[in-house]
Amino acid sequence: MRIELVKRPERSQLFAAFSPFIALGLTLIAGAIMFTVLGKNPVEALYYYFIDPLREVWSLHELAVKAAPLILIAVGLSICFLSNNWNIGAEGQFIMGAIAGSILPVMFPEFQSWIVLPLMLLMGIAGGALYGAIPAYLKVRFNTNEILTSLMLVYVAQLFLDWMVRGPWRNPEGMNFPETRTFSPSAVLPEIWSASGRANWGFVFAIVTAVALWFMLSRTLRGFEVQVLGQSPRAGKFAGFSQSRMVFFAFLVAGGLAGLAGISEVSGAIGQLRPTISPGYGFAAIIVAFLGRLNPLGIIAAGLVLALSYLGGEAAQISIGVSDKVVRAFQGMLLFFVLACDTLILYRIRFVGSSAAKTVEATQNV
Amino acid sequence: MDTTPLANGRNLLEVRGLTKIFGTLKACDQVDLTIAKGEIHALLGENGAGKSTLVKMLFGSLEPNAGEIQWNGQPVRITSPGVAKKLGIGMVFQHFSLFEALTAAENIALSLADDTPISTIAAKARALSYSYGLPLDPESLVGDLSVGERQRIEIIRCLLQTPDLIILDEPTSVLTPQEADKLFETLERLRAEGKSILYISHRLDEVRRLCDSATIMRHGKVVGHCNPRLETPSSLARMMVGTEVKNAERTTAAVRGEELLSICGMSRKPAGPFSMPLKNIRLNVAGGEVIGIAGVAGNGQGELFEAISGEALQDSADAIRIRGKSAGRMGISARRLLGAAFVPEERLGHGAAPRMRLSDNLLLSRHTTDGKAFVGMAGMVKSGAVQKAAQRIIEVMDVRKSAPDPEAAALSGGNLQKFIIGRELDRNPSVMVVNQPTWGVDAGAAARIRQALIELARNGSAVLVISQDLDELFEISDSIAVMHNGDLSKPIPIAEATLERIGLLMGGAEPGHLDHAKEVA
Amino acid sequence: MFEGILITIATAATPLLIASVGELVVERSGVLNLGVEGMMVMGAVTGFGVALATGSPWLGVLAAIIVGALFSLLFGFLTLTLVTNQVATGLALTLLGLGLSGMLGESFVGMPGVKMDYIYIPVLTDLPFVGKLVFGQDPLFYVSLLLTAGVAYFLFRTRAGLTLRSIGDNHASAHALGIKVIAIRYLAVMFGGACAGLAGAYLSLVYTPQWIENMTAGRGWIALALVVFASWRPWRVLAGAYLFGAVSIGQLHAQALGIGVPSQLLSSLPYLATVVVLVLISRNRRLTMVNTPASLGRPFVPDR
Repeated sequence: MRIELVKRPERSQLFAAFSPFIALGLTLIAGAIMFTVLGKNPVEALYYYFIDPLREVWSLHELAVKAAPLILIAVGLSICFLSNNWNIGAEGQFIMGAIAGSILPVMFPEFQSWIVLPLMLLMGIAGGALYGAIPAYLKVRFNTNEILTSLMLVYVAQLFLDWMVRGPWRNPEGMNFPETRTFSPSAVLPEIWSASGRANWGFVFAIVTAVALWFMLSRTLRGFEVQVLGQSPRAGKFAGFSQSRMVFFAFLVAGGLAGLAGISEVSGAIGQLRPTISPGYGFAAIIVAFLGRLNPLGIIAAGLVLALSYLGGEAAQISIGVSDKVVRAFQGMLLFFVLACDTLILYRIRFVGSSAAKTVEATQNV
Repeated sequence: MDTTPLANGRNLLEVRGLTKIFGTLKACDQVDLTIAKGEIHALLGENGAGKSTLVKMLFGSLEPNAGEIQWNGQPVRITSPGVAKKLGIGMVFQHFSLFEALTAAENIALSLADDTPISTIAAKARALSYSYGLPLDPESLVGDLSVGERQRIEIIRCLLQTPDLIILDEPTSVLTPQEADKLFETLERLRAEGKSILYISHRLDEVRRLCDSATIMRHGKVVGHCNPRLETPSSLARMMVGTEVKNAERTTAAVRGEELLSICGMSRKPAGPFSMPLKNIRLNVAGGEVIGIAGVAGNGQGELFEAISGEALQDSADAIRIRGKSAGRMGISARRLLGAAFVPEERLGHGAAPRMRLSDNLLLSRHTTDGKAFVGMAGMVKSGAVQKAAQRIIEVMDVRKSAPDPEAAALSGGNLQKFIIGRELDRNPSVMVVNQPTWGVDAGAAARIRQALIELARNGSAVLVISQDLDELFEISDSIAVMHNGDLSKPIPIAEATLERIGLLMGGAEPGHLDHAKEVA
Repeated sequence: MFEGILITIATAATPLLIASVGELVVERSGVLNLGVEGMMVMGAVTGFGVALATGSPWLGVLAAIIVGALFSLLFGFLTLTLVTNQVATGLALTLLGLGLSGMLGESFVGMPGVKMDYIYIPVLTDLPFVGKLVFGQDPLFYVSLLLTAGVAYFLFRTRAGLTLRSIGDNHASAHALGIKVIAIRYLAVMFGGACAGLAGAYLSLVYTPQWIENMTAGRGWIALALVVFASWRPWRVLAGAYLFGAVSIGQLHAQALGIGVPSQLLSSLPYLATVVVLVLISRNRRLTMVNTPASLGRPFVPDR
């Protein structure tokens, strides 16, 4: 038996809507099998992963804290991926945004004013955007593969952060711990509703950005430009759109949003710079972007799902002793299933029997 | 009915009830075909009639859903090209199946099953090519060769397998008339050697001249067999199309208005490793006239189109003037704002985005020229207005489709081309540049498109048509210029243009030597 | 001293070379598998675990090769059978590999590993200056050289290699001639996976005989860059791998000497060097266009 693809005359609206759900379902099944192999009760394990974190209000706040950077980065990446720019260096842009945004609270701690926070956010956006502009410039000017350059810059950013917090920016009163001084209150992103939990304004930024970019992509000429250049570059050129400008646009938007996510995370959730400020948000956001089918509204939902998997990982580690390393395996599987299910949008899948059976069929028709 | 010149009274190939279904479309429906030994058999039909599908099944590239094939009287199943080659079936593809990054000899080696060393193959290919008068350098990279030379590789590759049946799919569509004559000699020699040839074409003259019998297909079905020598071109055309075919009418003679498009000394370096430079192109197109540009594929027509449209900019602003304005440094949108409209050769992926709806594809070329109508505040697209305009074009051009606003890829070639041409005509452009207006388009749609281009010119616009189809150019042009190797000849008024004269220019004859060449020929 | 440095350079270059040569074959067939990092790290964890359990580094190597090939089949099934986007699927393979290896290797963290012995040939290995360099390295070093030579011979001297290159140049033409495009691509992808698995095992059995999460540290990506750098030619991959080996060993020595530049900045040199090299090689658009397999990364659905 072999599998054959039959091209659909038009893309299937049905599967465009449902393929992420099918993928989620398949991931849960695969996860259940994996837990069984690990000797855990799969029902119990999945409960701790995907239901338990949703039962308490403070835990919902934590969900928002984790979802905010994922959504912010992923909506930026959706512009990149839709326009066929493979920016996989969001993790680096996140880190550089965090560093640039931290200049004020680390180097000028005595400068305290209402304007500090807006400036920090703007500098975070600028830091991420400029770091994203490097692979964009190299792609436009030298035709250099942006996948490899943007990824290499992630390692550079990580090492740079490590050096900063151990070297020039180490907290003078910090007992030699590799971390910067803690931010003063005026440099901390406020919580939305501190009575009930930790969720900060970063989540609001994420939702507002996602809705704005959804509007841009689906209703404006700029959104049309993104899609045309991504699907069919020659047709885009024929339309008079500039490929080079689009490369910069996509990388600056994605880098800026990753930078915003970085400074929001540091200012809101952590309160200082440390050698590690992200559990791989920049890479998990790639999964979020595809799970949300590159649609910013879908990405909000997908970001919440991935955030839930992080929380569930922590919950499961505490309650049933499953390693938190399982989470990343889970996320990787999810992306695989999402990509596989997306095939159904453009193709019907046909299982073809052995050729002997086919001959019989053919002769009968004669 | 069949008047086949049988050698020993036996048929080489018999096909009964062959059927191929793609989705809901019956590309081939109960097709019967008989080819005798030592005959040249024509397979006639319009674009989309199912000819290519049929021969792909005969060559094992496609698997039939039903039907029977007999080879030398024995039933066979041709499951792969390998099986076809073993039986003795060789194929020369229309869009060649060659590898540009490999040498001619390597290309030939790939289709031979055995492990003969490349050097031996090269020597054999060289010998064979000279004996048939198709000289070929086996060491050269295919990417550097002209289309005519590429076809030679395909033919030599096919002959090296010593086939009994050779299938040629539209072989003359890439040749000059003189090169085509040369090919016919080769084919006649092969027939004399006892080989059978299945010759696929929609060019009726050459079929009448060359072929011993013909099978005619329409909409996937065989609609007739005949001896083409006993038919007239118009009776053959009637069988192919099903109705009377009308040529476009040139209502009134052209009245030359002022020059709306002038190209003065346009040059361009080759853009890619295998592309053509443009060499000091000069051409003026006035309002009211249609100028055709003839040429064999790959002689710089695509590069010229991109340079005129502004997808590639010129070094000097004066290299091109549109309605009197220097436009050489302007991008395509600015040139459109001057009143120019462009229709590229490739429909899917250049003139239209395949996976986008027709209304989106309308926006593709008109978001700037019709900015007020289609784009509102903050760059918001007025989708209502765009859809209305798309519907208008669909009605005017009679675009047949299955959904109210389908994706471009869901339309047939002819219908999509009607939409793309209609999209530009709807603007009433004063300069229209079209590359291959009716390539792969059925006869009905082609006639409609040609008529529309003539009418546009007669209403005062300048129309430039680049085409490889000489019949088309002779039908609609007021004068014809020829492109060869990146050079463009002076336009020849249609009254003085003969097939032979244009053909010589296509083959690279110097314009000055033309009269001499004429005497020789 | 000098011989010692050359040997450490070879040790740093060998895993890059093995993984790159594998990916080169994959890309020559027209498939872009960005999952090298993931396959490598799976090879590293498998090789370490199996060697630890059996005490035999050779069984570890064998297991890593098998796991690398099987893991690449996931990518093959998605991109070749389901025709998913190759870039996205390669990323998915890397993310899955990093995640799975972290999970599988959790119990290995901090455990002393099994180290593969160096070759020792009496007399020859004891030769001054060149003995250890030529006759006294780890066995996989010699394997990597044979692999490079073998791939170069296969691609440019055999009919099968010609067929593979033809698919990478134009899969539609190859299909029309009856070449089994998908089947050959599956084989190429598995070969690439096997090489990446072997390269990973080299890291956990020779380079640093222990298991550390994410121990590939971007080497899979550098291997991908090397293929571009080498314009898809095996011997140039060898040159590139040794160049990178030299850069990474050089920065380690600079750190040890304490030349006053922070160690983190020195550690980022190999990554920056990759960027610089990519820029230099891709500047010449014409050259890249001639060398790149024309159907690289393009989806292919055969019509039957």
